[in-house]
Amino acid sequence: MEITLRVWRQPGPDAPGDFETYRAAGISEDMSFLEMLDVVNEQLIAENREPIAFDHDCREGICGSCGFMIDGQAHGPQRGTATCQLHMRQYTDGAEITIEPFRANGFPIVKDLAVNRKAFDRIVESGGYISVATGSAPDANLIPVPKATADRAMDAAACIGCGACVAACPNGAGQLFTAAKLAHLNLLPQGKPERYTRAEAMVDTMEHYFGSCTNMGECSVACPAEISLDFIALLNGEYAKAKLRSRRA
Amino acid sequence: MQLDNKIPSGPIEDLWEQHQFEMKLVNPNNKRKFEIIIVGSGLAGASAAATLGELGYRVKVFTYHDSPRRAHSIAAQGGINAAKNYKGDGDSVFRLFYDTVKGGDFRSREANVYRLAQVSLQIIDQCVAQGVPFAREYGGLLDNRSFGGAQVSRTFYARGQTGQQLLLGAYQALERQVNAGTVTVFNRSEMLDVVVVDGRAAGIVVRDLITGEVTSHSAHAVVLGTGGYSNAFYLSTNAKASNATAIWRAHRKGALFANPCYTQIHPTCIPPSGEHQSKLTLMSESLRNDGRIWVPKEIGDDRPADEIPESERDYYLERRYPAFGNLVPRDVASRNAKTMVDQGRGVGPRNNGVYLDFSAAIDRLGATTIKERYSNLFEMYERITGEDPYRVPMRIYPAPHYTMGGLWVDYHLETTIPGLYAIGEANFSDHGANRLGASALMQGLADGYFVLPYTIGDYLAPLLGAKPVPTDHPAFAAAEADVRDRVAALLGVKGTRSVDWFHRELGKIVWDYCGMARNEAGLEKALSEIPALRAEFHRDVRVLGENETYNQSLEKAGRVADFFELAELMCRDALHRAESCGGHFREESQTEDGEALRDDEHFAYVAAWEWNGQGTEPTLHTEDLKFDYVSLSQRSYK
Repeated sequence: MEITLRVWRQPGPDAPGDFETYRAAGISEDMSFLEMLDVVNEQLIAENREPIAFDHDCREGICGSCGFMIDGQAHGPQRGTATCQLHMRQYTDGAEITIEPFRANGFPIVKDLAVNRKAFDRIVESGGYISVATGSAPDANLIPVPKATADRAMDAAACIGCGACVAACPNGAGQLFTAAKLAHLNLLPQGKPERYTRAEAMVDTMEHYFGSCTNMGECSVACPAEISLDFIALLNGEYAKAKLRSRRA
Repeated sequence: MQLDNKIPSGPIEDLWEQHQFEMKLVNPNNKRKFEIIIVGSGLAGASAAATLGELGYRVKVFTYHDSPRRAHSIAAQGGINAAKNYKGDGDSVFRLFYDTVKGGDFRSREANVYRLAQVSLQIIDQCVAQGVPFAREYGGLLDNRSFGGAQVSRTFYARGQTGQQLLLGAYQALERQVNAGTVTVFNRSEMLDVVVVDGRAAGIVVRDLITGEVTSHSAHAVVLGTGGYSNAFYLSTNAKASNATAIWRAHRKGALFANPCYTQIHPTCIPPSGEHQSKLTLMSESLRNDGRIWVPKEIGDDRPADEIPESERDYYLERRYPAFGNLVPRDVASRNAKTMVDQGRGVGPRNNGVYLDFSAAIDRLGATTIKERYSNLFEMYERITGEDPYRVPMRIYPAPHYTMGGLWVDYHLETTIPGLYAIGEANFSDHGANRLGASALMQGLADGYFVLPYTIGDYLAPLLGAKPVPTDHPAFAAAEADVRDRVAALLGVKGTRSVDWFHRELGKIVWDYCGMARNEAGLEKALSEIPALRAEFHRDVRVLGENETYNQSLEKAGRVADFFELAELMCRDALHRAESCGGHFREESQTEDGEALRDDEHFAYVAAWEWNGQGTEPTLHTEDLKFDYVSLSQRSYK
């Protein structure tokens, strides 16, 4: 197949950027989207032009490194699929595709399609953990966890931290990412002791970096791990309860 | 050089506990006076950083990723072993130890492996307490499955994302320490050299991947948790950025490199679809629990799978290994797949795979059960190949996946450079010549949570009062200058071919001659082709752009340059080890029916290589392996 690409090129965080157009010939439907970009980059290098910078690593849809906007959609058209798992058989010969970085105030651009997602680390750092010193844990089977609870926690824990939710959100909100981590930990009995302090700390940190959620639901549609919007309701509930409790205290 | 593995004497059951008592301790109030550098934030690095930070040490973590959570441990699918015996099916610490020594084809240290099996119990406790959402039974207790040919169910798992969940557990523990102020994370920062002063590790030199700035960092000890080197093959299941630069630079500074030829080729990966292939995707080994592996009996039978009648299929693993069938260890499964494809019985459009067929399991258990067990893997397979494994058998082929070789370390996980430690896949320690499924996660976390935090204290305690070497020491300046020169040299070649082109060519040589089967002539050939290609690389590589920006070609170029040198050592080691063992199959050394044949009389040792400079042959040092608890025997899975 032959594809025409419009790609956002921006040399650095503070430099102005613009779209450039490239043609990619000899694209096979078995290629992943990133392998198609590899081909374009090899072509650019052959022409003595700098290749397109984009973050990627495992190329198995789990590390969360990759991701950009493809024709206005975070990770492109296929539901539940990270960019690296999107394959060219989703496109037809002669397709024109526009690629640009995730755009959100919380994710400053590093270069071309790469963005800085440190804000996510800050949210986890503020409370996205269960405090347990190494070696102090009781036997793993001491606390039974109902299967349904464990499964639901796992549904939330499946988040890959790619940032598509923020990029897809008209408000640039970080609710889905934060809710997924909070739900994973707060649902489990092990996470209960720090339940309220965790909710307050994570939400407060999130609001420092990201916009406000207005329940548009775009985040969940874009999410490659298909994290449910329900977790945002859970986050709101946990946060409200935490605030009431801290008012009482 | 005399290799002292520091293994204490005594009954193996008591060694670790007794040694924990014998090692020196650092007083809790003094721990904050020590600085530790950890390179890498995967299971080993993150768990070590979290634990050391929590103990009170001041820790700096360096990762080239944008976040510590991206490390490639995240991609491990199947599970983590532990000798909990929750299923009451006869598992024990001794059995896990026994299986690991035997599975490693008697090329690992008994004492290390025994300790690994012991601490496996604590790992599961720790992870559950952290909130790792392992699979559970309806009664609320943890579920286990049998994995990779084990005769007991000792594998804990979180859907097909066990590595992700364990890494997130360690990452969260690490971030908790960042919050507490004991750990500082330097992201997008790549270690490009180790600095050694007066024979001890004094720190590292790092390049900021966004700004290109080269800086020095010193500490009382340096820990490398930087993973393996499967990307020497170019096509592997490793993440694109996984590389050997940290351990290779340490090797060049004096750390011995052990058993570089022990590489694991994982049997169940999706076969490459063309030259454009950038990496290979693993399909969890757990699939072999329910899938049956077969090829057509006839050579060149190109009919679609469903048109080949049962009588014309060769379920070759079930045929050759009736006791283990489709669950033979990885090395055996991989070699047999290669034999089938080499015979011309490969399947798929490029005849480069074998079938992994779920139809019998779907008939027996129902599609719903199969979906429950493997849905995410089946979906992943369909996205990549466009084929639906519920209806058409999967096509699989072996791919480089894990490297058992790595920096030589003693019982303390310390390399031959005092104060420099290697943990997780970066060291060579526990898996011998072949790693069992679900044991990599176990070892990474064992090293990071439960071994290093004890052993490093023994090194640090006598250093109380000593300050880290200041970074204005001439050794740091020299290392920085060397790093800057290397970067400038790569940018200055301005040749005609891309870094990826060279990497792919190197990978082909390594795969062809040092892959699933090796022989003397092929290895000799590789040893002449690799240096020639390396010379061409340094003469003709094209790295565009500058140092002062996010320059991914430049990053890759440095890593590929190191892969060239390492690949040569892999071949040299494979050539010297004239026996077959585990993942290292020398065609000259096989039994009558084509199984790997060890030569214990001549090769029951660890091969540890010393760097003597480029173009000079490395020196071989050996550490003899003794087997007091598991008697040496030929592995048989018939």
